[in-house]
Amino acid sequence: MERISRLVGSTLARHLLVAALGMVVVVMALTAVSDFRRFQLAEMACLAIAAGGLTVLTGLNGQLSLGHGALMAVGTYTTALLLPDRDASTPLVLVVLISVCTATLVGALVGVAAARLHGPYLAGATLALAVAVPGLALHFRETLGGEQGIPVVAPPPPGWAEDATYFLTASDLTPRGWIAFLAWSTLILSFLLLANLSHSRVGRRWRAVRDDPVAAELAGIVVGRSRVSAFMVSAAAAGAAGSMLALVVRLAAPGSFTLALSLTLIAAVVLGGLGSLTGALLGAALLTFLPQFVTQIGRDAGLDDVRAAELAPLVYGLVMVLVILLAPGGLFGVIRGALTRRRARRALAARSVEASTSTRPDPDSPPDEQLTDPSGDHRTATTTEGAPR
Amino acid sequence: MSKQPTASRPSPGSTGASRVAELELDRVTVRFGGLVALSDAALTVRPHTVHGVIGPNGAGKTTLFNVACGFVRPDEGQILRRGEHLTRLRPSDLPGLGMARTLQGLGLFDRVTVLDNVMIGADRHARTGFWASALAWPTSGREERALRERALGALAELGIADLAPLVAGSLPYPLRKKVALARALVGEPELLLLDEPASGLAADEIDDLGELVRGLTDRMAVLLVEHHMDLVMRICDDITVLDFGRVIAHGPPEQVRNDPAVLEAYLGEDV
Repeated sequence: MERISRLVGSTLARHLLVAALGMVVVVMALTAVSDFRRFQLAEMACLAIAAGGLTVLTGLNGQLSLGHGALMAVGTYTTALLLPDRDASTPLVLVVLISVCTATLVGALVGVAAARLHGPYLAGATLALAVAVPGLALHFRETLGGEQGIPVVAPPPPGWAEDATYFLTASDLTPRGWIAFLAWSTLILSFLLLANLSHSRVGRRWRAVRDDPVAAELAGIVVGRSRVSAFMVSAAAAGAAGSMLALVVRLAAPGSFTLALSLTLIAAVVLGGLGSLTGALLGAALLTFLPQFVTQIGRDAGLDDVRAAELAPLVYGLVMVLVILLAPGGLFGVIRGALTRRRARRALAARSVEASTSTRPDPDSPPDEQLTDPSGDHRTATTTEGAPR
Repeated sequence: MSKQPTASRPSPGSTGASRVAELELDRVTVRFGGLVALSDAALTVRPHTVHGVIGPNGAGKTTLFNVACGFVRPDEGQILRRGEHLTRLRPSDLPGLGMARTLQGLGLFDRVTVLDNVMIGADRHARTGFWASALAWPTSGREERALRERALGALAELGIADLAPLVAGSLPYPLRKKVALARALVGEPELLLLDEPASGLAADEIDDLGELVRGLTDRMAVLLVEHHMDLVMRICDDITVLDFGRVIAHGPPEQVRNDPAVLEAYLGEDV
């Protein structure tokens, strides 16, 4: 009995269970839907992997990056260069790993610079990255293919995967189905690692640096190193996302990595709830499927195609404004915030009944404000500056 | 990491070695531009004592503290920990040196739980590396449990174990103050630096605090900056008085209380 409770209490066992369940759901969903939906789902997985990395950086460590699209581009181009044609001999796993490593390396460089910046300066610096990296592709036209980009030849599904699919579903495994499966497997693996980190000593130290760098330093944390490590982890996720994106869209071109992509990632993270992986997944799903859904509704309501297409950005913006107004903690933050607040109120009530001593409120802020959802405030992006108080 | 003195400490009863000061500031001078914040300031914290630093506003108390923590590097003078020079001291070296400091503004990690706050304070006892964390290796789980026990122990000692699962930012001020103290104590420092521990507390809470700090002396030495004269006079073994960055008096409370220089410095001050 105790063994079971200990197993449930173990972070790894809990996360592995969720990952396994997720894998089952993914396989079932991918076999049930059309090939076009598989493509969309694969795109969503790429967005979610990068958003997961970004939510760790912004939500847990308090660093804002407007340049994660650029880090994805690093992953995509690395993959594209390693898979030049059908005879490319590098195993796919190795290609993905090398892409992740390259992005991590770039992330480390950016992270070292970022660790010295905060708030709007950090946003500006990473913004420059988002603008500059696609420009590199145009500059090194010979190797990076310029505006046209580099075509990517995705390797065909291996024999065992085809056999397994036929055995399970009595239908053939399409190349798109295979890539979608790969993208979702990568998503689950990277979320497993990110969740482990978030619940570990490493995650706790990241949060400490986010909430109060000075106090974190006094606790023995080297703040700069902690920030760089968060940036590297986040960049690794972006690299994996980029690598998968190369396989999904079969092209590495600068057009895929506009500033809009970086902003979409931020939007996914904010919509879902900063620092929450579930939130990142929700946000990515919303941003992948909402535009199409809205366009369809527009068409059904009798709008012509152009007008229907114009509806999407409108609704997109509306949703964003509504979430920020009504649920600043994001969709997932709403649930968590309510639970936290109730728990705080109950414990304090129990305490005041028990002790019935008068407690004076914090002179700095009214008590009501203090009880608001911790994930619901906006200070994440701006780190408190380092004067000891 | 700077060099870290050996962890073994002589027992209070033994002679000779136990006389080595927990902390010694030797002729420390700090200038901010043209302003001299500290001038030739010196103080010695003896083991197992409470040492108070007082002085009118702007006397340099906080600067002195910041020098002792590595936030401010002195222009002249030295910092010694148990006789060893601390050159290039950085705040992040403190836990390794067996030191802990509380902050005037508390510096709690407001958006995580009380338990997590205190576990960060105990981080000196943790070894789990990056990969063990990412893979949630069994050793990391074991260490997390040990750390949690330690943190809960520190919370229980201050009578706030029931707050462990709450978000630190949601607590009223006196409780937050206790959490900050628990975070400093859980690292089992041999030298504790308290920055205005009584500010914002009610009279009875200050009494409790005094008792608590006195009780700490069998485990550690305490250096504190404080405005509450009653408290300082009651609990300190030694007091150093600063005025305009200079040490104008130091000694046991009864001596400092009647020192003419101290009376003059405080004359007209609302204390």
